[in-house]
Amino acid sequence: MPVKMPEADKDVLARRDRIVAALRNIVPGEGVIASEREMRPYESDALTAYRQLPMVVVLPDTTRQVSEVLSFCHAEGIKVVPRGAGTSLSGGALPLEDGVLLGMAKFSRVREIDFANRVAVVEPGVTNLAISNAVAHEGFYYAPDPSSQIACTIGGNIAENSGGLHCLKYGVTTNNVLGCEMVLMNGETVRLGGKHLDATGYDILGLVTGSEGLLGVVTEVTVRILKKPETARAVLVGFNSSEDAGTCVGRIIGAGIIPGGMEMMDRPAIHAVEEFVHAGYPLDVEALLIVELDGPRAEVDHLIERVETIARGCGAVQCRVSVSEEERLLFWAGRKAAFPAVGRISPDYMCMDGTIPRARLPEVLARMREMSERFGLRVANVFHAGDGNLHPLILFDANKPGELDKTEEFGAEILKLCVEVGGVLTGEHGVGVEKRDLMPTMFSETDLNQQQRVKCAFDEKGLLNPGKVFPVLHRCAELGRMHVSAGRLPFPDIPRF
Amino acid sequence: MSDTLKPRDAREVEDAVRWALGLDKALEVAGSGSKRAIGRPSQADLTLDLSGLSGVTLYEPEELILSAGAGTPLAEIETLLAENGQELAFEPVDYGPLLGRAAGEGTLGGVIAANLAGPRRIRSGAARDHFLGVTAVTGRGDTIKSGGRVVKNVTGYDLCKVLAGSWGTLAAMTEVTIKVLPKAETEATVVVGGLDDARAAAAMAAAMGSSYDVSGAAHLPDHVASYFDGLPKAEASTVLRLEGFAPSVAHRKETLAALMKPFGPVTLLDEANSRALWRSIRQVKAFTAAHASDRPLWRISTAPGRGHEIAALLTPAAQMFYDWGGGLVWVAMPIADEPDEASVRAAVAALGGHATLIRAPAAVRAATDVFQPEEPGVAALTKRIKASFDPKAVLNPGRMWAGV
Repeated sequence: MPVKMPEADKDVLARRDRIVAALRNIVPGEGVIASEREMRPYESDALTAYRQLPMVVVLPDTTRQVSEVLSFCHAEGIKVVPRGAGTSLSGGALPLEDGVLLGMAKFSRVREIDFANRVAVVEPGVTNLAISNAVAHEGFYYAPDPSSQIACTIGGNIAENSGGLHCLKYGVTTNNVLGCEMVLMNGETVRLGGKHLDATGYDILGLVTGSEGLLGVVTEVTVRILKKPETARAVLVGFNSSEDAGTCVGRIIGAGIIPGGMEMMDRPAIHAVEEFVHAGYPLDVEALLIVELDGPRAEVDHLIERVETIARGCGAVQCRVSVSEEERLLFWAGRKAAFPAVGRISPDYMCMDGTIPRARLPEVLARMREMSERFGLRVANVFHAGDGNLHPLILFDANKPGELDKTEEFGAEILKLCVEVGGVLTGEHGVGVEKRDLMPTMFSETDLNQQQRVKCAFDEKGLLNPGKVFPVLHRCAELGRMHVSAGRLPFPDIPRF
Repeated sequence: MSDTLKPRDAREVEDAVRWALGLDKALEVAGSGSKRAIGRPSQADLTLDLSGLSGVTLYEPEELILSAGAGTPLAEIETLLAENGQELAFEPVDYGPLLGRAAGEGTLGGVIAANLAGPRRIRSGAARDHFLGVTAVTGRGDTIKSGGRVVKNVTGYDLCKVLAGSWGTLAAMTEVTIKVLPKAETEATVVVGGLDDARAAAAMAAAMGSSYDVSGAAHLPDHVASYFDGLPKAEASTVLRLEGFAPSVAHRKETLAALMKPFGPVTLLDEANSRALWRSIRQVKAFTAAHASDRPLWRISTAPGRGHEIAALLTPAAQMFYDWGGGLVWVAMPIADEPDEASVRAAVAALGGHATLIRAPAAVRAATDVFQPEEPGVAALTKRIKASFDPKAVLNPGRMWAGV
């Protein structure tokens, strides 16, 4: 494992038996797992290159138990790693050798559905898709739809601020969550937000969303639900170059059209997918765009024609509009199967997740091709074209000596390139352990220190999910120090009135 | 307070904050000062005037982003966006006229620091939802950045969220990047006449629970209806806005009108009247009028179905109207120096949400909780967050609560 995790606390490990017994007092029965065999499923999340058995797994099912577990760990100086469904692609739920793995899977109840106020109150272990299913009988749904929505939980979605295929139009998690109950590392329970819009004071809920389980453990969530659009149709457009496809995306948005979804694939991705799903994708194009319009039928019919016209004006060599719901779903079936499709043509693949200013796509793709040749590793690209979120899939074989290291080096170069062109390291998968050591390419030490000071406001002992997000850990006392220089205005010519 | 520091660039903002730190001076952080009369009265020694940090530094319409100095006038940005068929989708409310000032004085930084939003909040979010990146000087005198210039980003904590709505108490923003969106091709409004507040809430819930993509839902009771523009009659009006492409709006206004028929008589407003109406709602026009300009004004955010229940718990002499599908209640109290805080807090405690005293004389604001008091755990967390950015309380000390 190339990523260094915080050193295990030998004193804590020496007390393991007593700690396990104390946790069993808080969470009785099968809620505490301490045998190696039974802890094995928790040793990694979906970033399987990193594995570590936890010291013990605890599966509470009430807020009170969460509070007591955290309070105990806080008093005893024991690290805690929260976990939802374990679908993180960045190692956010990677256990620690000397840490409690706090699994939230038993928090799986839908507590309240309030159609009049268009909200649902659910426990954090409810899956993303289960929220939509719970409100579907009245024609409602929960908008953010990460690809893992069948498995990933809303608690994990909050931790990662998850996006999805439709977030250009409907926003990501942070735009769709109204409130939560959360337990801090010291065991204190706080409620943020509710069924109303916007915060009373500081937007702490907004800060917690996307904080990768470092600030608190969410025990209840209030989300907005929306009425399903009347209809949706998709257009499949093929281009001879990614430049043309990029121009088309820009012109669609420039025409004032915000599609429900807009996805791009490059040639290697198209071929992998078509072979797997037979979605009818053209094989003789360099870039394929799926544009989905949703809304009232009159609007969708109107916009689909405009998109078709725009696409033809951008040099589209293929343009197919879905004429039935089956066909629309088939168009998407290919895109949605892109990762497993690539998995079929390579023993292993690594999925990257940078975001770039959309206009820089052709340049980024060209440089990625150069890197691909240099590293001798193939790469396929799927791209949330509307918002610039790029998912290069690097194909490799972990059984070949050194190839994993080479892949990670390639991945890091791609992400540095994203930052270089004005983008960011991660659009939706999170920093976790995977991108932790790249944080300095995007943030200065001052930036990172301020982020850690915010962490200190929630968890002054640094016990909650340490080793994630921040490449260098500082003690809160050290971060709190201030060096105030003499009271001299260094630039005395600042205008004063 | 008379002294003002007016830095010309971000570096000078950092210098000014460091200087203040060294001398234990407290700074009032201001853009144009248009919202100075909101919050607890300033306890600062000097003003840090950010209006010198003005100008759009990056605007890429096809990328849907714009960056500008925090002191850039909002009017300048809105004009530039309009020239490109775009807008700030969150439709920031303009507090100027409510506070006895001219309209259109605010700055971009102020819009974000106050997390403003207008009627379209229910569909498109508030300033927080469009705030992508920031460079700011913390109360420690450190220049930090967070976020970026792309819409989709989860790299590190989302400090933009906590700066939005922090009223300048954490950091002085120097440059901000926001998401901008295409302006709708046209709009129309469906008006349901004569509903009482409870029935109006039910009508708005039905409209918001439809698939017609309503982008504004307000109820203007009969005692305030005459102050709004574009209405066919000065009677209680429940108004529902539809925006988008012409064929879509044409279709939806018919279907929505049909859905609303059972609630009461329905009329349709054309584009011009619809625009005028929603501009006046965005400006909270009922309470900028001369008759109301002395009335203490509360802004209450609650669950949409609770707004009218909260209003029913207040004095019958209060005036009010509802936006955000019933979830935003603007309440003007009848007596100039009496915001009647106890009854507002009790109503909100009973039914959920939060209330902010947007307008009252300084002496009243000094003696009243202007912002909703927080639960002890959250209040303590708030103070720790404040201390993490501004441990010596140099930036807008006490603007929100004592110590924050």
